Amino acid sequence: MIEIKDLHKSYHMGSNSLHVLKGINFNVKEGELVSIMGSSGSGKSTLLNILGMLDEADSGSYTLGNVPIKNLNEKIAANYRNKFLGFIFQSFNLINYKSALDNVALPLYYQGVKRKERADKAMHYLEKVGLAEWSHHLPSELSGGQKQRVAIARALASDPKVLLADEPTGALDTKTSYEVMDLIQGINDEGKTILIVTHEPDIAQMTKRIVNLKDGLIIDDSKVEQIRASAHV
Amino acid sequence: MFSRDRWDEILQALTANKFRTFLTAFGVFWGITILVLLLALTNGLRNGVTADFGNFATNSMFMWTQGTTKAYKGLPKGRRFSFKLDDVETLKREIPELRYVSPRHQLGGFNGANNVIRGTKTGAFSIYGDYPEYIKQQPMDILQGRFISYSDIDSKRKVCVIGQDVVKAMYDKDEDALGTYVKINGVNFLVIGTFKASNSGDQEEDANTIFMPFTTFGQAFNRGDSVGWMAITAKDGTSVTSVKAKILELMRASHKVHPDDERAIGNFDLSEAFGRVNGLFSILGVVGYFVGALVLMSGIIGISNIMLIVVKERTREIGVRRALGASPWTIKSQVLQESLLLTIISGMVGISFAAFVIFILNYILDNSGPVDNFATQV
Repeated sequence: MIEIKDLHKSYHMGSNSLHVLKGINFNVKEGELVSIMGSSGSGKSTLLNILGMLDEADSGSYTLGNVPIKNLNEKIAANYRNKFLGFIFQSFNLINYKSALDNVALPLYYQGVKRKERADKAMHYLEKVGLAEWSHHLPSELSGGQKQRVAIARALASDPKVLLADEPTGALDTKTSYEVMDLIQGINDEGKTILIVTHEPDIAQMTKRIVNLKDGLIIDDSKVEQIRASAHV
Repeated sequence: MFSRDRWDEILQALTANKFRTFLTAFGVFWGITILVLLLALTNGLRNGVTADFGNFATNSMFMWTQGTTKAYKGLPKGRRFSFKLDDVETLKREIPELRYVSPRHQLGGFNGANNVIRGTKTGAFSIYGDYPEYIKQQPMDILQGRFISYSDIDSKRKVCVIGQDVVKAMYDKDEDALGTYVKINGVNFLVIGTFKASNSGDQEEDANTIFMPFTTFGQAFNRGDSVGWMAITAKDGTSVTSVKAKILELMRASHKVHPDDERAIGNFDLSEAFGRVNGLFSILGVVGYFVGALVLMSGIIGISNIMLIVVKERTREIGVRRALGASPWTIKSQVLQESLLLTIISGMVGISFAAFVIFILNYILDNSGPVDNFATQV
């Protein structure tokens, strides 16, 4: 599903140049649940930005579902993001003046889906994350866990090939974190490919594979025994 | 482009922060209101002043004789002379740019003695001897009957057209003026029409006026073929000011007046006076536009400022939208449409509000009676 070969990325700040990614080789097959770990400065956010097409690598290749991702302009990138990727953020990033339903429907709006169909689909995904009754509430009226679940429903709404989650439990307490992880595991069970960036070992243990980054290189890439989050709830 | 979804997006974003939206809208609203009010005030002042010129054809001049101040061709200085009817013909023939040349006679007028008698009633009015085309130079509304005609001129009929105030002064309330006689300086004249001065500069004086055929006037009051003064109107394309020199030159030549004798023939150039006032108001208009544009500019700066803040404040939201698949153009057009909608609506509200204020001002001014301003003296 994801193939990355010899990926390099450096940032230039004035005369200083910071080599962040120093040759990443990395494959993800369909249906995998991968966590990317690493201390701050290890390059995991940069990697996620490149995977999410928010940034472009200096060299190396990136293929997403047999589509080579290169020479993107903003328009194509927007289209690819909309079609291929679902984003889950640490701070939820819901649009605060839109109801939960409207938030979930937003990617569908950008896909040009009709109004009625959009509402139906959004409602379906809200039901899936167990928030059907909250569909007309604003994000400010929801708890942190509920917000993240709305965000997950939004990420799922466009039926993407890959979900990219950047510290999805970073702003949540342990119990809520596990609830969210339970939901993510459930989605993975249905066959969705999911990448999670985290620095919490217990969250990483709930995925099927842990990739460890340090100073721009993968130092460890191993499959793990998945711990079901439901066991903790 | 403007599907229901677009509207929803725009309205949601605008109602998300009502106070900010209100402030932005108010900036535009205020700018437009001030601009419209400023323009309305300068225009209103201009209209008020030009109305004081009445609808007398403004491309006109008046000309009268004053006595020579230079000896010329063996004639002494201080010689009195007057225009003759031939001069009218000469002017019409020699200067084709002229539209009307009306010779006029006048009797009475400002502070005049009683000169009109009807039965037991007497009154002091301005009496004019005129040609029929004078009504085209100074338009008036004929209320009853008719104005003087060329057949009156040719047969020197003793007829007259009297103003509204003359009717009021000389007749009882429901008496019909038409067909009656008034005695002017001892001569009886048949009333053939009554008129109302239409929107003229000095309505009071105009309503106190009696018109009679020029030729009748000359004969009845012993003026021979002399002419009291002339009202000259040029054709629409040419300014009367541009032919004034030619007219005066022609008149000096035909009356053996020294070519450099400026004071022998007095004249008043209405077109020039009108132009001067008009010029003043053109400048005032430019000032109005200038100040208005500046006010509007500050409104624009306000809007751009707030839009900048809006974009800064929504950086995160815009980032999220992009992550969800919004293309840059979608986002730009969204912000543009938000500001456009806000500007158009508040602009229209501003125009309506300004129109309302103008309406109120107009109402108050109308109720406080006629306004007399300095231009009346022109």
